[in-house]
Amino acid sequence: MRVPLSWLKEYVDLPVSPEALAQQLTLAGLEVEAIDYVGVAAPSDSPWAPDLTSPEPPEFIPWDPERILVGELLEVKQHPNADRLTIPVVGYGDGRSIEVVTGAPNIRPGMQGDKVVLALGGARLIDGHAATRQWITLKPSKLRGVRSEGMVCSELELGLSEEHEGILMLPPDAPVGMPLRDYLGDIVFDIALTTNLSRALSIVGVAREVAAITGGQLHLPTPHAHATGPSIEGRVTTAIETPELCSRMTLGLIEGIQVGPSPIWMQRRLLLAGMRPISNVVDVSNYVMLEWGQPTHAFDADRVTDQHLIVRLAEEGERLLTLDKQERILSHERLLIADRRGALSVAGVMGGYESEVSSTTTRVLLEAASWNPITIRKTAQALRLPSEASRRFERGVDPELPPLVQQRCLQLMQQVAGGTVAQGIVDVYPQPFVPPVLDLTATEVERLLGVQLSPQAIAACLDRLGFTTMITGSSVHVHVPSYRLDVTIPADLVEEVARIYGYHNVPETRLRAELPVQYTDTMLAGEGVVKDILAASGLYEVISYSLTNTQAVEAWEGRAIDATDYLHLANPLTTERSILRRSIAPELLQIAAADLNQRPTIRLFETGRVFEPNPPELLPKELRRLVIVLAGPRAQAAWLGPDTDLLDFFDLKGIIENLLARLRIEGVEWTRVEDSRFHPGRSARLKAHQGDPSQPLGICGELHPDTRNRIGFTVGRVCLAGLDLDALLALRQPVHFQPLHNQPAVFQDLAVIAPVEVEAARIQQVIATHAGPLLESILLFDQYSGAPIPPGQRSLAFRLTFRAADRTLSDSDVNKIRERIAQRLSSELGATVRGEA
Amino acid sequence: MIEQLDQMQQAALAELGSINTLEALRAWRQRYLGKQSPLGEISKGMGKLSAAERPAMGQRINAVKQLLEQAFAACETELQTAAQAAELARDQVDVTMPGRPVQSGRLHPITQVLREIEAAFAQMGFGVWESPEVESDEYNFELLNIPANHPSRDMWDTFYVQTPQGADQVVLRTHTSPGQLHAMRYFAPGPTRVILPGKCYRYEAVDATHDMQFYQVEGIAVGDNITMADLKGTLAQFAEQVLGTVKIRFRPSYFPFTEPSVEVDVSCTFCQGSGCRMCKHTGWLEILGAGMIHPTVLRNAGYDPEKMSGFAFGLGPGRVLQLKYGVSESRLFFTGNVRFLEQF
Repeated sequence: MRVPLSWLKEYVDLPVSPEALAQQLTLAGLEVEAIDYVGVAAPSDSPWAPDLTSPEPPEFIPWDPERILVGELLEVKQHPNADRLTIPVVGYGDGRSIEVVTGAPNIRPGMQGDKVVLALGGARLIDGHAATRQWITLKPSKLRGVRSEGMVCSELELGLSEEHEGILMLPPDAPVGMPLRDYLGDIVFDIALTTNLSRALSIVGVAREVAAITGGQLHLPTPHAHATGPSIEGRVTTAIETPELCSRMTLGLIEGIQVGPSPIWMQRRLLLAGMRPISNVVDVSNYVMLEWGQPTHAFDADRVTDQHLIVRLAEEGERLLTLDKQERILSHERLLIADRRGALSVAGVMGGYESEVSSTTTRVLLEAASWNPITIRKTAQALRLPSEASRRFERGVDPELPPLVQQRCLQLMQQVAGGTVAQGIVDVYPQPFVPPVLDLTATEVERLLGVQLSPQAIAACLDRLGFTTMITGSSVHVHVPSYRLDVTIPADLVEEVARIYGYHNVPETRLRAELPVQYTDTMLAGEGVVKDILAASGLYEVISYSLTNTQAVEAWEGRAIDATDYLHLANPLTTERSILRRSIAPELLQIAAADLNQRPTIRLFETGRVFEPNPPELLPKELRRLVIVLAGPRAQAAWLGPDTDLLDFFDLKGIIENLLARLRIEGVEWTRVEDSRFHPGRSARLKAHQGDPSQPLGICGELHPDTRNRIGFTVGRVCLAGLDLDALLALRQPVHFQPLHNQPAVFQDLAVIAPVEVEAARIQQVIATHAGPLLESILLFDQYSGAPIPPGQRSLAFRLTFRAADRTLSDSDVNKIRERIAQRLSSELGATVRGEA
Repeated sequence: MIEQLDQMQQAALAELGSINTLEALRAWRQRYLGKQSPLGEISKGMGKLSAAERPAMGQRINAVKQLLEQAFAACETELQTAAQAAELARDQVDVTMPGRPVQSGRLHPITQVLREIEAAFAQMGFGVWESPEVESDEYNFELLNIPANHPSRDMWDTFYVQTPQGADQVVLRTHTSPGQLHAMRYFAPGPTRVILPGKCYRYEAVDATHDMQFYQVEGIAVGDNITMADLKGTLAQFAEQVLGTVKIRFRPSYFPFTEPSVEVDVSCTFCQGSGCRMCKHTGWLEILGAGMIHPTVLRNAGYDPEKMSGFAFGLGPGRVLQLKYGVSESRLFFTGNVRFLEQF
């Protein structure tokens, strides 16, 4: 809501500066986002002072009170050397005058007495002739041989609008010689209003708030049109077919008017408030809407058949040409104002073209009604016609306003367009407003605010806001005024009390209420532990978008996806983010590819939810997942001896093994996997021995070169692991403390020669199974092939650590175990242990 | 014999002066103090002396022996020190060369700041909860006192999920507030005190400071006699813990699910409230929205609003990062840009 200060001051006295008022309004919930200083210089300490030092002028500029003045055309001469130029002689009071040269088409030789804006040399204005908006400081100069001592100004040059066709003509009563700042200058508050503040969608509404907040005196007139015409009774009629959607309908009539432009003062205020002037009749309707908050609609009475207006729902498919000359095809839900022949306007949203007030209109039928907010909102949305009117109706308009604004509109129309006002108005109001009554106790205020206030203090706060109060004991009996339809429960009143009492007066206290029994969300906490372990392993945590697109998923999958596997947005902003992810991998891989343009090596991980459709349930399953991506050289070339090999499967496996170890998950099996997305020889599936064996924990490997290419990687190896974090966290085991034994450990190195097809894990498993309870740990520390190992075979070296709790192991203890292991390796795997026959 | 001894002592000490290796020193010792040494010979000659001469001679020999042993030890220490010094000199490096790189990872700034926020509220007794990111219209709006066709719906630009014809609407949650209902319905009619961090979504074009995805932390406390003053105290402590020494202020605002509702500002973290470009010269920065839970919402959650009261707030970790570290471009959060991530 844009509120010109001059307008506001008509209704309330301001005991404080505009800047202080802005501050107070903000602290009362009417957030002043900006103050526009229109022609007026801002105080230097104002937070909203425009930057006048920037090469580009601000939206509004100050008008030099010494050099920008109201002028009067004393005479306009033709320029001797140019047909298109004239030489107005402009007086500016005390007998002073100057000659200026202008090309404005609305200044013609022979004009006299018209009031204009005169700028004298040294005035700082906006350059009307420059292609871009820039400053100009006026200097007397010669134009085609005639000296121009100053300038008559257009709206653009004054920073009032983009209008530069002609110069700004001021009203005939503009006082010559007065600084324009004092005549047209204003201050405009730009107030951001929350949805509940419909009452402040008007100058009067803001004035009420200002009065309540500052204590300034409110002056609200009761407008009254000077009605001299025949009574409206029986000449204009109305019928409401849907009283549940139209709780009140008023009609007024003014005849013999002349449509034309509205006066400057009205146009100025409309512009400052953000509306375009159109014609005197329409401008009055808009002006009064801005002033009181009640939209009205002016019909050309001669285009209303039988002078009878009907409020009804549209026929399905009924057509109406609206003001914007668009043919609207209406559904049955749309509420109309019609005459016997058909639709005239969409109620509360937009008028019809046919019945619109035109330049030839002489009789105006003015409608002011109360519409159901939901109907208005649905209609404005369906027709994509949000307007100043619909904005007010859908938030709720004071039901007592229609007769008042009838009087105000008719009064102003007569003032600006002439004519005769018919006596009386039509007012159909089947269920008059009954003020809601609420009881508010001091206890309730204390219970919600934590502040002890007497009933008197509570009533005093509410009285200032226009509530009618009566104190009975500790309770305040409150009548809610018709302009406060937002107040329906005691808590609403508590807010009003708090606003006036001031939140700065509310103390800061500690919670004393009872604490619930808390419990830890072990999965959420576990996810945090996983993040810590991975960060400690050298990985960067990424958070990507949960919204992705089919192409990204298909680049990862390498095949067309089934659309039904995904949740789709009904209203995506971009196709790039139109489906909900089922895997973190596609987005994380895109990020990895982009990051590799900035850094040679990336180590990334992300944890988060993926979404799996779960029909017939409408809501998806939300599953916790982990993805790790590694690519690039293990380390940068460094003087200390670089390890610049590309990160590979075993780097990734090491990270995962460490993660599993830290989560104390044992017995995870790595098996080679055939998955077209991965390098067939360098990828594995992870399975847990516990839990559901059909549910793998995840997959880990180097990407297939084709996958790398599809995503756009240029690096030789890209490693990716995708793990089911829900499953992983469910497998976590608590710590089982092992006593530390002081008996010495005995080490045995075992070099096992076996066919290369025999996987290390298989060999290790046989060793572990037959090493017996004395085996403490087993470590694969070397791999060797080549002479003297026979072709097709390799030697794997294991270091076995044995320890007994109660004694020092002897060589013979360990030798026996070694022999047993060797036999088993031979019989089960065809492997031999070096040094054993 | 005494001359012999004196000569030998002088010769030994003279020789010792020119020794500069530990091997030579050991040879010297062998030569002068070993069994075959002149001193040994002299000792053997003791037998020829008279009983009267023997003690004096013995003392004398011991004195020489001790003297030479001491000289040996001193020389040995000196040589060892010199050898160590030489070794250390050989091992010298250019200390201005860069150190061996450590591969250290990091947590996303949002994770980091969420932990700070969680810790601050944990100290005040708030547990940490999660709730779904995809929600029914009922939980995201209706139960929060945001009916269909109410203008307050305009406060949330919403992503809708395609659902079968005629089915209820499903949305990507536009705020963490539906979590209020999930948590309260779990605890009601007993007290509730939790925060709910998580991802939210808005139908909003991406620019420097807007994003279609963001994080929010919802907080609620419901109990007997919980007041606006408690909310103020709780948020003041949070602000102090997470942002350092700041003041907070409440401004009236509007949210359909709280009544009264407030917007909460903190004194500008960049200028300490004196006025700067960041706070648009007001000295205050908006940080979160809050209020007393609306009676309708309490009722929807299973509470009797006449008996229980509570507050709720919703704050953005992105906003906290902005106030704490001046992170001006929230659109960097979800790009995974390493140059952004490595700053935290």
